[in-house]
Amino acid sequence: MATTTLTPAASASRSALYAWLTTTDHKKIGIMYLINSFFFFFFAGILALFVRTELAQPGLQFVTDQTYNELFTMHGTIMIFLFVIPILAGFGNYVVPLQIGAPDMAFPRINALSFWMLPLGGILLLLGFVTGGTAAAGWTGYPPLTEDYPLASTGTGQDLWIVALILIGTSSILGAINFLVTIFKMRAPGMTLFRMPILVWTVIVTSVLVLMATPVITSALIMLFIDRNYGGSFFDPRVGGDPILYQNVFWFYSHPAVYVMILPAMGMVSEILPVFSRKPLFGYKAFIFATAAIGALGFSVWAHHMFTTGAVYLPFFSIMTFLIAVPTGVKMFNWIFTMWRGQLMLKTPILFAIGFLMMFLIGGINGAFSASVPVDFAVHDTYWVVAHLHYVLFGGSVFGIMGGLYYWFPKMTGRMMNETIGKAQFVLMFIGFNMTFFPMHELGLAGMPRRIADYSSTAGWNDLNMVATIGGFTIALSMALLLWNIFISLRSGEPAGDDPWEANTLEWATSSPPPDYNFDRLPEIRSERPLFDLRHGRTAEH
Amino acid sequence: MALTTETHPVPTDHNPLASMPHDTHGGISNPVLGMLLFITSEVMFFGGLFAAYFNLRANAPQWPPINPETNEVFQLAILPFVGPATLLLILSSVTCQVAVWGIRRDDRTAFLRAMAVTVILGIIFLVMQLIDYSLLGSEGLTLSSGSYGTTYYTLTGFHGAHVFGGVVMLSVVLYRGMAGQFSGRHYDAVEAASLYWHFVDVVWILLFSLLYLLPGKTAAT
Repeated sequence: MATTTLTPAASASRSALYAWLTTTDHKKIGIMYLINSFFFFFFAGILALFVRTELAQPGLQFVTDQTYNELFTMHGTIMIFLFVIPILAGFGNYVVPLQIGAPDMAFPRINALSFWMLPLGGILLLLGFVTGGTAAAGWTGYPPLTEDYPLASTGTGQDLWIVALILIGTSSILGAINFLVTIFKMRAPGMTLFRMPILVWTVIVTSVLVLMATPVITSALIMLFIDRNYGGSFFDPRVGGDPILYQNVFWFYSHPAVYVMILPAMGMVSEILPVFSRKPLFGYKAFIFATAAIGALGFSVWAHHMFTTGAVYLPFFSIMTFLIAVPTGVKMFNWIFTMWRGQLMLKTPILFAIGFLMMFLIGGINGAFSASVPVDFAVHDTYWVVAHLHYVLFGGSVFGIMGGLYYWFPKMTGRMMNETIGKAQFVLMFIGFNMTFFPMHELGLAGMPRRIADYSSTAGWNDLNMVATIGGFTIALSMALLLWNIFISLRSGEPAGDDPWEANTLEWATSSPPPDYNFDRLPEIRSERPLFDLRHGRTAEH
Repeated sequence: MALTTETHPVPTDHNPLASMPHDTHGGISNPVLGMLLFITSEVMFFGGLFAAYFNLRANAPQWPPINPETNEVFQLAILPFVGPATLLLILSSVTCQVAVWGIRRDDRTAFLRAMAVTVILGIIFLVMQLIDYSLLGSEGLTLSSGSYGTTYYTLTGFHGAHVFGGVVMLSVVLYRGMAGQFSGRHYDAVEAASLYWHFVDVVWILLFSLLYLLPGKTAAT
């Protein structure tokens, strides 16, 4: 946002930094979200490489058991809370006000606050490395692992983990309020609810989930903090507490959080597919209602993470989980029939979108298997679950995020990304991803438990683990290509122009990058594709 | 094919800048909608704590349980200030609403007077709660004395923290009001702060019913 004082040219660079650090412009904040999230993505990715290196062969070669616990705990926590959730909020921050024709978010200063809580939370989380060990009880932080000496994680690092997660959660809640008020109150004239781009709809549903689920994990974390530090007895059965209570409250948030992590990615894919298929999205309203249905059902399935506790009513949670496959299937049809008989332009964004469809389909199907109680009893806490969650979160969310990055990078920077490197990155990432995580299905069915640093050399898990490790390094290579692509595109990428993809939505009606407050003038909005209408002269009443 | 450059100028009364906060084309204002959404999240936060309370209460053989130190059942009836504090908090909700009505009809004096009373009542509530805490502490009920003490102090403590937050919020509103920043046309912050204060009041009524009115359960013999 423009400051009121004019900056002398002599101190221009320092002032530019100052302008970024104090900005309330949703576009700059969105870009800072992306940078911050990618930093933590690479950090947590390196932790994953340590994990895969240790698991490549049986025996403990590189780390101790405790270090291993810290590695997978920090990998999971950072990927979820400091990468996937915030980066989707970052894309939302950048794109949503543009897509609805608004000059900024409803509460620009709260928007800046939401962002700055993230690096602060990240620093607190990482401080565990210098205070004698980070959190080490998994990203779920179950008691008694988090409460009872000498179990996995009773040090300062676990308290820092709690505080960091509360901070990040608060940032999410404030962000969700901001999105909802922005979308409901600040749409441009003519932008009715059913003319909004799909991404905006997914951000609405996501924000409702964040708003209603995140405070519940805050309460769980506070109870955990009280138990650990003030002698509380929420989760300690010896003094009247109940460890299952933590699991209930934790998953009441953490299952909806799964949809927080996937719905905006679905929205991004739904922006990309119509543009690169040269067709409107098939079943626009069906898609919206399916999104809302996933959000609503998301609140009634949390205990499918707890089937084996014996403390939850199995048939209910199993059936509700199966039901979620219905709206998800509707979306699959939306996407496939959007591409059907379209004029596909196979640029990098749609490659990642198609990768999303294929990988998310596998993640959805093996998820439906896990919803079946007898199957779940067999695969609970095995590598099957690791395979499932990575097919959804990496195969789904991260492929969607990559597609979104290639799609909106020209708008954010004014420069195109390199197509050749982009396609090479896609191919490497696709191969590496499947090499890493497909064998984990087999490992899980063969009985390999998750969260172990070592395994028997005679269990028959050696080869598949080696394949997974090679796949992990292939993914790392694809990420190096991404960094290289960003670097050279920023330096010498082709100028993008306002609308390089001939897209449909309002963000492409302004310059790249857009000016402060986004628009000098807006096209008429008579459908969910105002720019298509403009190009084809369809501005009269129909 | 390049995008045709023909765009239609936005009519001046629909300038994008016009949809910035403070001009919301009628309906609920941005700050009030934001506050309502924030209160929704607060409801869910207390929902988590209440769920924990009911869970532990259901697990316990009797409620209130026996104090392991004195072998007597915990008693909350000893607290002298709970009743008056409850009445004062409800009264403060009324005075808060009187303040809102005052500023709506542009009566700044009535607004400031009622808002000041509200802030004072909130502070008195907090002081009474602290006195109650010290009495309970001397009776041996602490945060670490089993699930009863843990849930009691967590629930009332977080409510107290919210009262404190509300007092701060209302004080800011009062300060801004004394600086003349509110009028019959511009009072969104007053409205938003009052909604929050009513919410804090409602939570207390629920907590009061739960902790002091709901009959306990005795151990099955």
